[in-house]
Amino acid sequence: MLGRAIIQGFIETGRNFVGSYYDPERLTTVQYPEQTLPPDEHARTIPFLVYDGDDPSQGLRCTACTICELECPPQCISIVKDTVKKPDYLGKMQLQPKVFDIDISVCMDCGICAEVCPFDSIKMDQVFALSTGDRQALLLHKEQLAKSNLYFRQIHPGEAAAIDAARAEQKRKAEAKKAAIASAPSGFPSPLP
Amino acid sequence: MTALFPQATPAPFTLDHDLLEVSMGPHHPSTHGVFRMNVTLDGETVVKLTPVFGYLHRNHEKIAEQNSFLAAIPYTDRLDYICSMTNNCAYVLAVEKLASLQVPERAEYIRVIVSELTRLFNHTCLAGFLLQDMGALGTPLMYAFREREHVLDLFESLSGSRMMCNFMRFGGCRCDLPAGWIEQAATVTDRYSLFLDEFEALLTDNEIVRARTEGVGVLPADLAVNAGVTGPMLRASGVNYDIRKVDNYGVYGRFPFRVPLGEHGDTFDRYMIRILEARESLAILRQALREIPDGPVIDPKAKLRNFRPKPGEAYGRIEAPKGELGFFLISDGGPNPYRFRIRPPSLINLTILEDMCRGHTIADVVVILGSVDIVLGEVDR
Repeated sequence: MLGRAIIQGFIETGRNFVGSYYDPERLTTVQYPEQTLPPDEHARTIPFLVYDGDDPSQGLRCTACTICELECPPQCISIVKDTVKKPDYLGKMQLQPKVFDIDISVCMDCGICAEVCPFDSIKMDQVFALSTGDRQALLLHKEQLAKSNLYFRQIHPGEAAAIDAARAEQKRKAEAKKAAIASAPSGFPSPLP
Repeated sequence: MTALFPQATPAPFTLDHDLLEVSMGPHHPSTHGVFRMNVTLDGETVVKLTPVFGYLHRNHEKIAEQNSFLAAIPYTDRLDYICSMTNNCAYVLAVEKLASLQVPERAEYIRVIVSELTRLFNHTCLAGFLLQDMGALGTPLMYAFREREHVLDLFESLSGSRMMCNFMRFGGCRCDLPAGWIEQAATVTDRYSLFLDEFEALLTDNEIVRARTEGVGVLPADLAVNAGVTGPMLRASGVNYDIRKVDNYGVYGRFPFRVPLGEHGDTFDRYMIRILEARESLAILRQALREIPDGPVIDPKAKLRNFRPKPGEAYGRIEAPKGELGFFLISDGGPNPYRFRIRPPSLINLTILEDMCRGHTIADVVVILGSVDIVLGEVDR
């Protein structure tokens, strides 16, 4: 019969239309500005810099090695090294960035900077809806990029826990090594009194 | 050769009239982006059609030649922005050939799973777009997007991003599957099979769809082969050529799937081939999700930074949802490719557009273009 499949199509459409009122499974969207879904743990948007402790100027993990600057596909990171060094979590003296800028109007959220960073310093954020009328505001400086490790633990709990455990282990090993050197009977007299 | 590309024979002039030239696009809503066609019309019938490319040219190949091998991966996401996973796959396959890296088995299975998921939603979304071009505004496309949403959720929990996945790496994948991902993917696969039944009940036998597509835009097999057309378009013309079968790249040799073939090569066959391929993808997915082994997901020899493959050249190709997607790379031993060339399926499938459209009405041109399955990010690069 001509029109049978058209009627069948109308039945399908009607089932979908009515079904979406009764079956929550069929509702895949939410009313966005009023409702938002929690982001997935692995979701990523723009990068940020992790710092330990309370003071971003002291606890910044970044050592200005410029690996992320070199690997960034659209080249949106610019780093200027500082001349002053500061101790890192193992007590080693490390460089720090004087300038660390990310132009998020250029950034394409690929996450390669976070992947290549050997110091677990640059990580991917989950903020969104960042549009603004001021173009200069899209150039994020070190102060805006620095976010605490507590925040990192909130947004990526699994990854942060693994990194914290690895860092604690490294620190424990470094301290044990230092203690062993200090306490071991050495063939050479210690230069220190 | 002249027989294969017949010249347009103008209709017999009964009245004194001229041909009309229409420039369709680049902002025409049915051109799937910024694609332009210069159409010469005799009344409503197409006499000549010239595709005009390049409105979305982003200099992708040159950018990739100046960046490192690693930094080209996020750019490949933006080629065919609907199927970023398969683009990643084709590029890393070329680099792996260049650097002779071995991919662990688990990573190969992950690649098969994400590629087939990509093929699933690409084919159903294409059917939605095709129907939208015919005037079914919204409904089939909205249903296809509703199901695509579940796959994108899977991709987000796997790679961090819904569309720009940036997931494959040389010698494997960036990270392992999160806990519970396989069960979730199995649920999505089962859901998709129900959805395909629903989708077919809605569309396949519909009299209007049949009237608009059957016998429209016929592509003969010899012409398709000569023009280098690949993918579902070629198979709709009845040529048995699927790179998953021909090359057996990855672990595709272990999956006993069938290659659906069309009979007439018209627009309806091109629609039907995609639905049948989606069903085959479901079978591949079920098997892959059942058989996926444990183990590492990346070759320990593979380096992320300072990656310098030895001098040489390699061509890696896969069966992307739109056809043969190939990357040709020449390395001079440096950190960036000396030459980076992409063979995009949709550009080459588009070159045959005039031969399919000639003699049909301008309303059919929109439907024929919709059945080619183009993404302008890939056509113009």
